[in-house]
Amino acid sequence: MLLADEAQHFVRAPDWTWYILFYFFLAGLSGGSYVIATLFRLRGGRSDEPAARLGYYVAFLALLLCPILLTLDLGKPLRFWHMMWNTTPGDAGLTLKYWSPMSVGVWALVVFGAFATVSFVEALVRDQKIRLPLARRAVRLLDGTLGKVVITVGAVFGLFIAGYTGVLLAVSNQPVWSDTWALGGLFLASGLSGSAALLLFLLRYRPEAEASADTLIISERLYALLELALIVVFVLTLIPAGALGIAFGFPWILLWLVAFAGLAPGIGGLLTARLAVTGEGVAVPVHSGSVATSVATSRPKSVATSVAIPGLVLLGVLALRAAVIFSIQ
Amino acid sequence: MAQITPGQAYGFFTDTSVCIGCKACEVACKTWNELPANEPVFGDGYDNTGRLDAQNWRHVQFIDNVPDKSLGTGQGKAWLMMSDVCKHCQHASCMDVCPTGAIIRTEFDSVYIQPDVCNGCRNCIAACPYDVISQDEDKGVAQKCTLCYDRLQGGMEPACAKACPTESIQFGPVEELQRAARQRVTDLHEQGVPEARLYGDDSSIYGGLNAFFLLMDEPEAYHLPNKENAVRPGRNNAGGYLGALGTAVLAVLGGLIALRRRREPAAETPSGADTTSPPSPETEAGED
Repeated sequence: MLLADEAQHFVRAPDWTWYILFYFFLAGLSGGSYVIATLFRLRGGRSDEPAARLGYYVAFLALLLCPILLTLDLGKPLRFWHMMWNTTPGDAGLTLKYWSPMSVGVWALVVFGAFATVSFVEALVRDQKIRLPLARRAVRLLDGTLGKVVITVGAVFGLFIAGYTGVLLAVSNQPVWSDTWALGGLFLASGLSGSAALLLFLLRYRPEAEASADTLIISERLYALLELALIVVFVLTLIPAGALGIAFGFPWILLWLVAFAGLAPGIGGLLTARLAVTGEGVAVPVHSGSVATSVATSRPKSVATSVAIPGLVLLGVLALRAAVIFSIQ
Repeated sequence: MAQITPGQAYGFFTDTSVCIGCKACEVACKTWNELPANEPVFGDGYDNTGRLDAQNWRHVQFIDNVPDKSLGTGQGKAWLMMSDVCKHCQHASCMDVCPTGAIIRTEFDSVYIQPDVCNGCRNCIAACPYDVISQDEDKGVAQKCTLCYDRLQGGMEPACAKACPTESIQFGPVEELQRAARQRVTDLHEQGVPEARLYGDDSSIYGGLNAFFLLMDEPEAYHLPNKENAVRPGRNNAGGYLGALGTAVLAVLGGLIALRRRREPAAETPSGADTTSPPSPETEAGED
């Protein structure tokens, strides 16, 4: 018999599976990359600008797939626009329910999509991939305060997009999901650590952004720490609900192990080197000390390391979401 | 049955103490609503419906508590039968989360999923605490009991209530049903059936259920959440967003720390290219 103080759920799982898993994954990376890019541009040095643009590229490209995945997941994909336009006879019109994270999230996606597109085009123009005079004139509008406001607001929406998916799960009556308030923060933190790892990996293809590698390494460590802290909160909130066994039982524990493995580089780096980038003991793909010098010519670490570490982190980000999504379905 | 008037709240009172498990309600429901039949299942009991879903809007639960040894009269407790259905909650979780506005409250105060508006996102399925809704495989939309919306509009009572031979399923104005139910539970208590109790007749469960029940055991025995567990999905909005907000603040702080940390040792490097000044957009544009 059920314990009296345990949360009881007599619900059916919504069958949110692969499409949603990869949407959650990409939303975390898109929002996270936009946030990191904005931090680089607003608070970094001039040498961080190439990495900022890289972040805006990633944010846009990761976001491109999101609406497709969400639409394919619908039982009636051609009615995707019903999310924004209520077609109830006699009550037709725009619809936004602030108390339904899915409704809020759809609008946030639309708004964030606009910001991600603007920043993407801006980065293309600044990188001289687009040479239209009109585009250059438009981008010049973003040179001053307006540009800062745009990316700041965009970053707020980026934070929202990366995190609200966890709140969406919590606003239900499903076991595990609705037994905790930590999922929104957890997805946000893991999205950010995944974004830092992904950008770090992509630096291979953008040598002029290498100057930002150290910042990304330290960011990744701090986000990993934040994520670990939120996993602890997640566990602590599940204990009184009696849902720990559902979320961490076999075979899901295997996914959690992958998620923890993804945290290992960041947490390990923090333990051995704290906030310094020493290049020793830490499997980081960057040779420190010569950051500002031509790093591109002196890559000390093997390709395997510089691919494997970010790959592991990203796999962890995916596994974390998979464990949360699939363990109750 | 008196006339059915729009603007009044209608619902079911399902009295499980007189349910005989005949499943006439299931058959009548399927017939009227043209729901597909189930694959034949020959399992361990008389329940070959399984659960409520898109094609089963009434489901007779058979809860087998028959003891191995005879213990005298069972008082209807040894084998519980209950015709389950959508509860048409006053505070409906499905309606709370539905992003399209497909789930509405009708002029009969029932909770109705408009099949032309629903786009099959399945958020209502995640929210419904009673496992009532599921997605119709063919139509691609969420489906559940409509309280026979079309029949009500035609002045007819729902098919299940019409077919029930023992009046276990009673249809009518909710207030009338509540009065009848309270009388019924008093009668049963006087007749020496203390385990009889009402579920959802008052506002303690989701603000009141328009389809409420007389049960012969704890609600949990029928897979119904008790008062403490009958909670709405929206309860997690504030906590969830606040948790995300706190994380966001810490994350931005972490990013700033990372930027500062990097700059200190970088400034010591011979090149010192990393100045502390933010990028000048003017020069940036000029470079372009």
